Amino acid sequence: MAIWVDENTTVVVQGLTGTQGRFYGLMNRDYGTKVVAGTNPRKAGTDVDGIPIFATVKEAVEATGANTSFVIVPAQFAADSVLEAAAGGVRLIVCVTEHIPAHDQALMYNRLKQDYPNVRLLGPNCAGILSPGKANIGFTPTAVSKPGGPVGVVSRSGTLAYQALYELSASGIGQTTCVGIGGDPVPGTSFIDVLAAFEQDPETKAIVMIGEIGGSAEEEAAEFIKDNVTKPVVAYIAGVTAPPGKKMGHAGAIVSGGKGTAQAKMDALAAVGAKVAQNPTEIGDLVKQALAELG
Amino acid sequence: MDLFEYQGKQYFARYGIPVSPGGVADTVDEAVSVADQVGYPVVVKAQVQVGGRGKAGGIKLANNEAEVRQHAGAILGMDIKGHTVHRLWIEKASDIKEEYYASFTLDRSKKQHLGMLSAKGGVDIEEVAATDPDAIAKIWVNPVAGLDEATVREWVKAANLNPEANEGAVEILLKLYHCYIEGDATLVEINPLILTPDGRVHALDAKVSLDEAARFRHADVWDTFEGLEPRDERERAAYDLGLQYVGLDGSVGIIANGAGLAMSTVDIVNQVGGKPANFLDIGGGANADHMANALSVINQDENVRAIFINIFGGITRCDEVAKGIVQAMQRVNLNSPLIVRLDGTNAQEGRAILQQHESERLIMKPDMLSAAQTAVEIAGGKA
Repeated sequence: MAIWVDENTTVVVQGLTGTQGRFYGLMNRDYGTKVVAGTNPRKAGTDVDGIPIFATVKEAVEATGANTSFVIVPAQFAADSVLEAAAGGVRLIVCVTEHIPAHDQALMYNRLKQDYPNVRLLGPNCAGILSPGKANIGFTPTAVSKPGGPVGVVSRSGTLAYQALYELSASGIGQTTCVGIGGDPVPGTSFIDVLAAFEQDPETKAIVMIGEIGGSAEEEAAEFIKDNVTKPVVAYIAGVTAPPGKKMGHAGAIVSGGKGTAQAKMDALAAVGAKVAQNPTEIGDLVKQALAELG
Repeated sequence: MDLFEYQGKQYFARYGIPVSPGGVADTVDEAVSVADQVGYPVVVKAQVQVGGRGKAGGIKLANNEAEVRQHAGAILGMDIKGHTVHRLWIEKASDIKEEYYASFTLDRSKKQHLGMLSAKGGVDIEEVAATDPDAIAKIWVNPVAGLDEATVREWVKAANLNPEANEGAVEILLKLYHCYIEGDATLVEINPLILTPDGRVHALDAKVSLDEAARFRHADVWDTFEGLEPRDERERAAYDLGLQYVGLDGSVGIIANGAGLAMSTVDIVNQVGGKPANFLDIGGGANADHMANALSVINQDENVRAIFINIFGGITRCDEVAKGIVQAMQRVNLNSPLIVRLDGTNAQEGRAILQQHESERLIMKPDMLSAAQTAVEIAGGKA
């Protein structure tokens, strides 16, 4: 088992004909992901390394049965592409595009919620989703992952998710699914959504959650864990020593007025029983410990 | 991009939000000339992007030319919480009957726009929120639905302003929402929004933050306002090269890929007893040019004694990074040794490339922790 993507996932790549889209679309296919279609209204009827290109997501879904979209298009087109995917009939949209204006993100989120409540959006500005051995959509380097579970990983940051996979695999611990939710102000999927899915997934025995300064998503996740998550959680929060008021790259990563500090997030997670790593290299040992305690 | 008060007021004026007549002055003489134009009394206001200007003596009332000379002379060059005053905003003084607070921002938790209006303005709104939360009337605006006048009327009523101010407040709030949405602002704030004795409502201050991701839609606004943000020399150089850089005050230079890993790298250097000199996210495509640029910016920092390059290849391929490091070392005459940790996509190939150049100026470490320890050791601990 895994969450949201597995061997039955069929992917249409919006942006497959671009340089980035081609690189990652084919990289994902090479891993074994069923990449069945691409879209580009001006290149319909052509193909990218044997993958057929359609004018719209709707046509791609009708022709190939794709159930998931991978959105890798420039920021000014991304919100429209996400809504097109939802209208086209996929159930999961993975949007890796960064620098989408915050207002576009808010509009896109609320439009999806209102008109397509059953469609899940991952991202924007996320690294993607990997169920090791089954499917990979996005940027995640699969070489550092290990199939077979039993750990689910969820992270705002891409590189820290890779780091966590690496630490787990080096400790001989496999993963069920690694979910990047992205560091932007209005993510389609929150920590809570992922925690709930991992809690439901019988193969996931423990959860690694990687957050960072800014916003209150980690505090809200802690609140959720208290009442809804029985599986052990190992957490790491980046930005402990970030100076307040400075924007640390991700649009979301900014501490303002003492709110959203790493310490506050770590305290909130520790208070609900999560094991909190002081740096990413501790993640492997803490998960080992958590799994040992399960017996 | 955060706008200065005077820029915010110019921005508001584009959307018809009433502000006091005034002008910008960089010298005492300019201040006098603006004051003569708008008419006395005037307020002389320091233009720095930090709160508490008034308490620091950066806002003064002047009744005549002599007072303008006195205050402008005192405020120009003044240091307010580490910000030097280079520019003044001189505006016609307003009679104030009451002071309110109004703003729109994006509520990340509720994923909607949040409007806040309070009859308790002129003070730190976070303090009001903490001590008297009921004094702030809030509305959440679903971006799909937008904001209509009827909703704004209800909202203004709920804020319990002086009824005299209601009409003017409704008008300004609709305009404020319009400029927030149209301009892709992440914050528009008026504190104080004032009611004058003759019943007019207008903005006495302006705080505006614009979303950098949306600048492609607002080229004219960015061209008008950009380039004046307070940045130190290092940050200015990095910004011009398109790097995500934040200057800190330590001795370990840091380059990492991805904001999360870069933050984590700053943390781990602190954790093992060192002091980071900066945060630098080199981003996805860390090629030779990027790496040379990043190294040249860090190299200009005289405090730096060691440079820790922490790369986890996902989008970034480690062999490209390794080539970039080698080329950058040939192009930039580095003052400090490099401590490099590479993992992820094509890490083997990347390490093989670096191994040919390994020396006391280029040290490779297998993991993040030992790399941080080595970097801190070379930089001389907490020095």
